[in-house]
Order: sequence, then structure tokens, then C-alpha cells
Amino acid sequence: MSNQTMIEANHLTKYYGDFPAVYDVSFSAQKGEVVGFLGPNAAGKTTTMRILTGFTPPTSGSASIAGYDVVAESLEARRHVGYLPETVPLYTDMKVKDYLRFMGAIRGMESSAIKRRIGDVIDICHLETYYDAYISKLSKGFRQRVGVAQAILHEPEVLVLDEPTVGIDPIQVVETRQLIKSLGGEHTIILSSHILPEVSMICQRVIIIHEGEIVAVDTPQALGERLEGAERVQMEVAGPAAQVVRTLRGITGVQDVTFTEQGDGRVLYAVTSRRGDEMRATLAKAVVEHGWGLLRLEPVSLSLEEIFLRLTTSEGG
Amino acid sequence: MRNILSIAYKELSTYVTSPMAYIIAGVLLALTGVFFIDSVDQPFALASVRGLLRNTAFFLMPLIPPIMTMRLFAEEQKLGTLELLLTAPVRDFEVVLGKFLASFAILGGSLLLTLFYVFILRFYSDPDIGPVLSAYFGILLYSAGALAVGVLASSLTGNQIVAATVGFGIILMFSVVGNVSSVVGGAAATILGHLSMTNHYESFSQGIVDTTDVLYYVILCAVFLFLAVRSVESRRWR
Repeated sequence: MSNQTMIEANHLTKYYGDFPAVYDVSFSAQKGEVVGFLGPNAAGKTTTMRILTGFTPPTSGSASIAGYDVVAESLEARRHVGYLPETVPLYTDMKVKDYLRFMGAIRGMESSAIKRRIGDVIDICHLETYYDAYISKLSKGFRQRVGVAQAILHEPEVLVLDEPTVGIDPIQVVETRQLIKSLGGEHTIILSSHILPEVSMICQRVIIIHEGEIVAVDTPQALGERLEGAERVQMEVAGPAAQVVRTLRGITGVQDVTFTEQGDGRVLYAVTSRRGDEMRATLAKAVVEHGWGLLRLEPVSLSLEEIFLRLTTSEGG
Repeated sequence: MRNILSIAYKELSTYVTSPMAYIIAGVLLALTGVFFIDSVDQPFALASVRGLLRNTAFFLMPLIPPIMTMRLFAEEQKLGTLELLLTAPVRDFEVVLGKFLASFAILGGSLLLTLFYVFILRFYSDPDIGPVLSAYFGILLYSAGALAVGVLASSLTGNQIVAATVGFGIILMFSVVGNVSSVVGGAAATILGHLSMTNHYESFSQGIVDTTDVLYYVILCAVFLFLAVRSVESRRWR
């Protein structure tokens, strides 16, 4: 049972008009696995998830959930999925309990099972206080939990969570992440995010998607190592800009140096280099040896866009 | 079938927990009250509900059904819950039918409240009960047709006002289209006459239940609900 493929996507392509939102995406997930879908906005994460949940059919390619094709056996596939779309879909004029009851009913659960499971998910998602409250009265974080509660209500084998931590406060983000982590094992989870640390924290495997195409698939650790090729340091140096740049570029290990002049005459340098503490020491030494003033030196993390760019280039496009 | 009932039940509870159901019943009773007084306050007035229900069909049916149905799909689209419904193991036609049945239960129920006027007639006189029953049967069919149009209108847009306006336009068109048949003449006149919702209602109000008229409303419902299903399906592609 442990090596059962629960999610399978084969060469999924989805066009909106002439625009390919998703292009030739293939991946799979085993039972109990938590897979992260990482990518910037409009990378095709939501579209892929909509295909998996049977909301929208792919233009070409195929996908299956628990062995059921999402197009040909759509109803059966949908029975095995719990889905939390990006905008949490809630009937705001319903009470939490009525909403959950309705979601259970349209997923074909028996009323005794609905009763039992509502009790369970209320516990799991810590919604005890709001069981009898109208959804319109709930804060964003609690609405998110109700969204998670409906997704796991029917004990689906596969959970599809689209940006589950967006727009809720930091404490609730931590709680939601723990909740998702605890759901792994029982459920196969695929979640999307545009936050790298979040995905590293929760997922066993990360799929990086950019402009509709898969750029990399790896474990968070391996991905981290691949990204260790580079580091960015920001420096503020009092000294002649042209010479500083020339000197910094001359240091072995430095890949690129750019500088920007601030309004007050200060000059900031962005140095991209090999990773490691010794690199920073070398940079500092070089500046000091020339008699310039080293006013600031701090490592800055690469932006998500740059990570994608690095992965795309290192993969050979 | 279970899915249809689950969705119908949910819509019904939304109707009765919001003021909508009560406003619909209230407006309907107030206006039919006026129609009733008007129809009995004539010299040699007949003890029948003919005038009452004919006015209901002509004046209220273009107005009340689209207001009742405007929410059904437009709101789901706005809240994003349509995505949830369409990814639940429920067929699209089950969603459409469930919502339609819920609206019909509310409107049909409100219409049956007007049977109250029949009891008043029975108290003062001796109305012929056959035409009363056929007229009610007819108005129920009429309202079902109008609601089906409203369901389609709601599935077309995320804006409730647009949905109500479109529904109103289509139903009104179907009720007045027969009026121009004398102008156009020929085969077109026959076709327009057959399309008219009000023409097909006429025989019911006279106490005749004609299969053609019953079929007309059944087909009207089927066509518009079918279009609504296709329209909901098309949401998957956009």
C-alpha cells in the first residue's frame, strides 16, 4: 500500500485561448506523500490543481487521482479529492455546522458518517468555539480552517490545497502549516505556495513550476544544495566607485558586481558570489586593504524569481 | 437523486433563513389580493379564480421568478463556491435541477397560499371547482417555466442584477410575443402564437387541460434547464 501512486499527471497542457497556462506538466505523488508546488504568481499552479480536482479539463494530456482518470472517470476521481481553492469557497450566510453538513451530503456521505466526521474535523481544525456561528462572522484565519475542515471531511485520499497560508496572520500561518504536516501520511497532499521556506518545511518533495512548465523536481534538501551555488551580498563602501567595482570583480569566486548610487552620495554594491562565510571575509579584507571604509556588509537572499532563473539556467533551459 | 435533494435542501434553507421567501410570499399575497377584489368587484362577476390567476401570470410571473432565481448561480460564482460544487462528486445537471426545484417549491408553495381566495369564494358562493384546479395546475406550470428561464439567466453571469434583468426580459418576451402574431400573419404568426406563454395558459384558465399546453411548459422548462446545464459546464472552460 505504501508505494501506491495517488496522483499522476501525464503531459498536462492547458491553453486559455492562445496562452498556455500549463505546458507539458508531468509528475506523480505516492500515497502519504506531501508534495509542494512552488512557483511565482501566474506560474500555472492553480490551473494544474483545477485539472487535478476535475474543475477544468486539460487541453491535452491526462491525469488520474487514486487511479481514476480526472476526465473519463471524473465523478469517481472527485470522490477521492478534498480541495481547498485559493479563495476559500464559503457560503457566508450559513452556519459552520450547516456548511459542513452540506459539503458532506454532496460528497455522498451517510448522515451518520457526516455527524461523526464533523466532530472530528472540528477537533482537528480547532473550530469548537465557532461550530454554531455564521461563517460571515468568522475572521480570515478561521474561515481558512473551515475551508480545510470541508476539504478533509470525507476523508479523501488526496488533498489539494491551493495557497493555504495566504492572507492569514503569522500565528495562524504556523498553525496551518502544522495542521497540514499532521495530515500528511494519512492523505496524499499537494499544496501550492510561492514561499520557498514554507514548502521546505512541510513537503517531502518540491515541484518548481515557472511560466507553466516544471523547472525542477527534488527534495527540499537537494534543492537547497543546488541553490547553494550562489549568494548575494550587499555592501556599502566609502571609496571611488569604479575602482571598488574593479577590485571586487577581480576577487576569485565573485560572479557579478553591480552598484547603485544613493541620493546622498553613498554607493551600494550588490555582489553575487560563491556561497560561504569565507567569501564575505575575503570581500571585507579586499575593501579594507585598499584603505576604503567598509560601512556595511550583509548577505541578502535571492528572490524567488532569481531562484527560478538559476534553476532554469542550470537545467539548461 | 440524493445529490439533487441535498442541493435543493440547502437552497431551501437559504430561502427560508433569508427574508427572500417571506418577501416573495408577502408580495404575492398582497398583489393577488388586489387582483381578487378587482375580479369579484364587477357586475355579474363569476365565482372563479380566472381573472386572479390570469393577472398573476401576466403581471407577476415575469417579475417574481427572476428575482427568486438571480442568486442561485450568480452568487456561487461571486463567492467562488461554484468551484467547490463543480469539484464535488455531483453532476452538473444535478446542481441545476436541485436549485430549480428549491425555487419551485418556494414559488409553488406561495401560489398555493392563494387557495385562500377559493375558500372565500366557497363561503359566499359556489365556484366550479374543475376550472379552479386546472387554472392552478396551469399557473404552477407557468411559474416552473419562468423559473427555468431565471435559472439560465443566473448561470450566465456573476452579477445578480444582470441575471434578474435578463430573466425578466426573456420571460416578458415569451408572455407578450403572441400579441404581435396578428401583425405579422401567416406561418410566423402561428409560430409566435405557439411560443407565447400566455396563449398556452388560456385553456387552463377555462378549465381545459390540453396535453399540448402541458407539453409546451414541460418542454420550455427542459430547454432552459438544459441550456443552464450547458452554461454551468462552460464555466469549467473559462
